[in-house]
Amino acid sequence: MSQKVLLSSKEINIILHRLACQLLENHLDFKNTVLIGIQPRGIFLAQRLTDILKSEYGVKDINLGFLDITFYRDDFRRGNKTLEANKTNINFLIEDKKVVLIDDVLYTGRSIRAALTALQSFGRPIEIELLTLIDRRFSRHLPIQPNYRGRQVDAINNEKVKVMWQENDGEDAVYLVNTTS
Amino acid sequence: MSELSVKHLLGIKYLKEQDIQLIFETADHFKEVINRSIKKVPSLRDITIANVFFENSTRTKLSFELAEKRLSADVINFSAAQSSVKKGETLIDTVNNILSMKVDMVVMRHPNPGAGIFLSKHVKASIVNAGDGAHEHPTQALLDSYSIREKLGDVAGKKVVIVGDILHSRVALSNIFALKLQGAHVKVCGPKTLIPKYIESLGVEVETNLIKALNWCDVANMLRIQNERLDISYFPTTREYTQQYGVNKKILDSLDKEIVIMHPGPINRGVEITSDVADSKQSIILNQVENGVAIRMAVLYLLASKIK
Repeated sequence: MSQKVLLSSKEINIILHRLACQLLENHLDFKNTVLIGIQPRGIFLAQRLTDILKSEYGVKDINLGFLDITFYRDDFRRGNKTLEANKTNINFLIEDKKVVLIDDVLYTGRSIRAALTALQSFGRPIEIELLTLIDRRFSRHLPIQPNYRGRQVDAINNEKVKVMWQENDGEDAVYLVNTTS
Repeated sequence: MSELSVKHLLGIKYLKEQDIQLIFETADHFKEVINRSIKKVPSLRDITIANVFFENSTRTKLSFELAEKRLSADVINFSAAQSSVKKGETLIDTVNNILSMKVDMVVMRHPNPGAGIFLSKHVKASIVNAGDGAHEHPTQALLDSYSIREKLGDVAGKKVVIVGDILHSRVALSNIFALKLQGAHVKVCGPKTLIPKYIESLGVEVETNLIKALNWCDVANMLRIQNERLDISYFPTTREYTQQYGVNKKILDSLDKEIVIMHPGPINRGVEITSDVADSKQSIILNQVENGVAIRMAVLYLLASKIK
């Protein structure tokens, strides 16, 4: 197994600030916008962006929620493992709100499909956007594209993109891992 | 651990401690789901479940059915009273006929102990025991422990007394297995005639004095007298039973500490507990019912994920 660094901590920091600015440009004061991090790994990105928007761009109040999509996935009983759930924490309504779904890596698009279904349980948003740190091009199974992307990556199927976060993994970094060699 | 060690839920006896923890963690997520305005998830949309009830039930049947529907499973209901069982069909035949309609899971209640175990050896579906005679009622014990965990933070180290008809109660046996597995201390309390002879071999203590038992415990699980299973007279009169083993507000208030009151239902108000106890702040009886749906969703979800 070999791995190479796709993004360093410094690059991630720059990208996070750019994504925050792009969100700001479209949503301004976030009065009618909610950010939803997808469990388990999208929540770190969602939290970081929220922190940056609050501390550096003076956004006062942002509704941030975490959404678990386990029970909405389309691969239930198709693998050998029981799918383990995580905590959903959305303590506001998304009815008539603009929703920004946030995940670390966009690959086949199936997680986002599940998240779109899961969101229906919380109301009818007027609009849903998608933000991902890494967009793996050419590997989509569904017609789903991000509105905001950190970095576009061409990776083949037996390569894996690993996003590490300081608060969870001890460092900020994105690796491309080759699982065959 | 991320999956159950069993293919069927036949009794708590066959579970490991980690299984119980996994069921509880999964139930936490489902409890969040059933408190949303839209309480349904699509997980089990390609699973069909038959609820086969050879014995009466209100709570358990409704709770299972609701759990199944909230997981988007297809549900068929069968109760022995309106079926061909009366015409002499055997249990295996009845169930195999149901299964040939492409059913994946069977939730069964049966008056004979071991009926679920027997069935699991002869049919292909995943079996969930919803009560087999005076043997086990695993989902009830799970939801009882889950409710204790919710109320007191943990089950391990807690003192639980089970009061009443221990001899005929599947709830008692399943609860004893579940509580011991999680490291709780368990006593049983009731008239000697209603306490099985070798109950101590399960690692529980017997206390025939109700007040002593209540003063010892953190939680009292009050059982109903199973009149339908009392073939002979085990105590002189219901009134005498109530005087010795019934809990009323006066007794509750006289204790050194606030204990938690549980009851698996149906309550015989005024017999094992009075109305003011059942409806008091110390009672978590209705929380048990709410948790029952989340626990059953967790059990069905985890078992269904093992169906290939």
